[in-house]
Amino acid sequence: MPIDVNGKSLETDEEGYLANLNDWNPDVATKMAQDDGVELSENHWEVINFLREYYEEYQIAPAVRVLTKAIGKKLGPDKGNSKYLYELFPYGPAKQACKYAGLPKPTGCV
Amino acid sequence: MADFETPEIREYPLIPHIHEGAMAGTKPFVAKPEHQKALGFPGELVENWKEVAIDKMGDLLGKYRSLPVFLDSCVKCGACTDKCHYFLGTTDPKNMPVARQDLLRKVYRRYFTFAGKYFPKLVGAVDLTEEVLQDWYSYYHQCSECRRCSVYCPYGIDTAEITMAGREILDAVGIGAKYSNEIIGKVFTVGNNLGLPGPALKDTLEGIEEDVKEDTGVDVRYPVDEKGAEVLLITPSADFFAEPHVDGLIGYGKVFHQAGISWTLSSYASEAANFGIFIGSYENMKRVAMRIREAALDLGVKRIIVGECGHAWRVAYSFWNTLIGPFDFLDPRYPAPQHICEFTYDLIQRGALTLDKSANDHRVVTFHDSCNVARASRMGNMPGGQFIIPREVIKAVCNNFYDMEEGTIGEGTFCCGGGGGLLTDDLMEVRVKGALPRMQALRHVVEEHGVTHMAAICAICKTQFAKVLPYYNFSMDQIISVHQLVGDAVVLGAKQ
Repeated sequence: MPIDVNGKSLETDEEGYLANLNDWNPDVATKMAQDDGVELSENHWEVINFLREYYEEYQIAPAVRVLTKAIGKKLGPDKGNSKYLYELFPYGPAKQACKYAGLPKPTGCV
Repeated sequence: MADFETPEIREYPLIPHIHEGAMAGTKPFVAKPEHQKALGFPGELVENWKEVAIDKMGDLLGKYRSLPVFLDSCVKCGACTDKCHYFLGTTDPKNMPVARQDLLRKVYRRYFTFAGKYFPKLVGAVDLTEEVLQDWYSYYHQCSECRRCSVYCPYGIDTAEITMAGREILDAVGIGAKYSNEIIGKVFTVGNNLGLPGPALKDTLEGIEEDVKEDTGVDVRYPVDEKGAEVLLITPSADFFAEPHVDGLIGYGKVFHQAGISWTLSSYASEAANFGIFIGSYENMKRVAMRIREAALDLGVKRIIVGECGHAWRVAYSFWNTLIGPFDFLDPRYPAPQHICEFTYDLIQRGALTLDKSANDHRVVTFHDSCNVARASRMGNMPGGQFIIPREVIKAVCNNFYDMEEGTIGEGTFCCGGGGGLLTDDLMEVRVKGALPRMQALRHVVEEHGVTHMAAICAICKTQFAKVLPYYNFSMDQIISVHQLVGDAVVLGAKQ
């Protein structure tokens, strides 16, 4: 089912992840979050932007520990833990945040 | 949380009333053509699927002696009916092991037995129809191949083998499950289920080294691709990526550090899991496993140790020797392969580790036997070692340990609900409901003994529990790696 962003129809997979990574722009994240009933705060964006930077370098989403450490550095040590990330992304930082960031869903036993 | 109801935990387990069709139509996403083709299967449902399916069934009946024996020998005694966690959790009678087998058996009888060919109605034989095919796709993906039912079957019929055959036929006609097949393809192209490339693996491991240094002040190494190391550690890629898995990986590193044994991971064979077994494909299982042999030879290691992964240990312990052996290039003084728990247990027995049990005093622990370790392998040199060794390791590092009720552990262990290639969000209802018997047993020890944590030695179990525990009013961090308990108790530095 495609997702409509700014009048453009973007292809997604069965679970709503973007089919084509290059289709992403910040409005895509906002729209996906809206559809989930979530309003993206600055802290959400810190996570989303980090995921995109990391993906660009390594072609994979960061491991949970890599992510929590990076967020701890940016937002303060009290936020550098998975509990905080789950507060931001209740469906799981690895999956929900990846989706908003336009990354493919992590696969495997995770 | 979801559009289904979480089953209720009662005072004692009940065999539920059946609800026909309760889970009909529940099925995983179908693999895309590119996922199928990478594994040597047709991209989509082939036109002459009926013919292909029957041919494939004939091929499997000839190849695996077990299959016709299992299909012929059931006497419908009913011993298996209440043994499957998916039946207990979903109440769908087609999730009774005998009914799951019958989905294949009735077609087998129609095309491969005298009575079924000429008097189908008398022997419950039916034609292979679109409806039967859809039932196969649905119910062979509501079985985690855990083999609990086979323990109670007087004939030893192994429903896992039937499920594997069912999935193999489905793959042969072009409708495989996306979850497993996409993942196997990633192992072929990247080296692991996650699709974690070498540079990302190195970056992740460096981060872990920094964290451990920060926590302990000690330089514990997490090396990758180091030629000439003594040990090659093959562990599930979830250990690099997810929680609570990574804390187990940290534990392995601390154990190697204290033992003074050089070890390495491999970026080429950076996966213990082998989903080839889940889809019943010997060829794909072999191709996945072969990377491990190649990495071991390339790195020149003397030993191979397998990390905390349930079905990987089954593949390693029960199949590696004929699949990718012989291991004549390894040091014959050590088991090939060796389980990480076996390795740690030996060190503890020899007094080679200094352990501070009080480090785990804030935890009251129970142990979840993972099905593939419990019922499809062994560990160490004693019968039942796969049950004894992990528990002895836990008891050596932890003052508070209580087992769950007999009949829910050991060889009767209940599956976590997410094994066998079902650990995917599109099967969440099956996963949550299938976890019911384990959650019931856990609830009991929580109330009776104040258990705070359940330890496991399987990446699937850990992820599954982290996800389903909250549905049953537990918290996601109550599942823990056995080697996290070890890692927290190991005293680093010179031996005292």
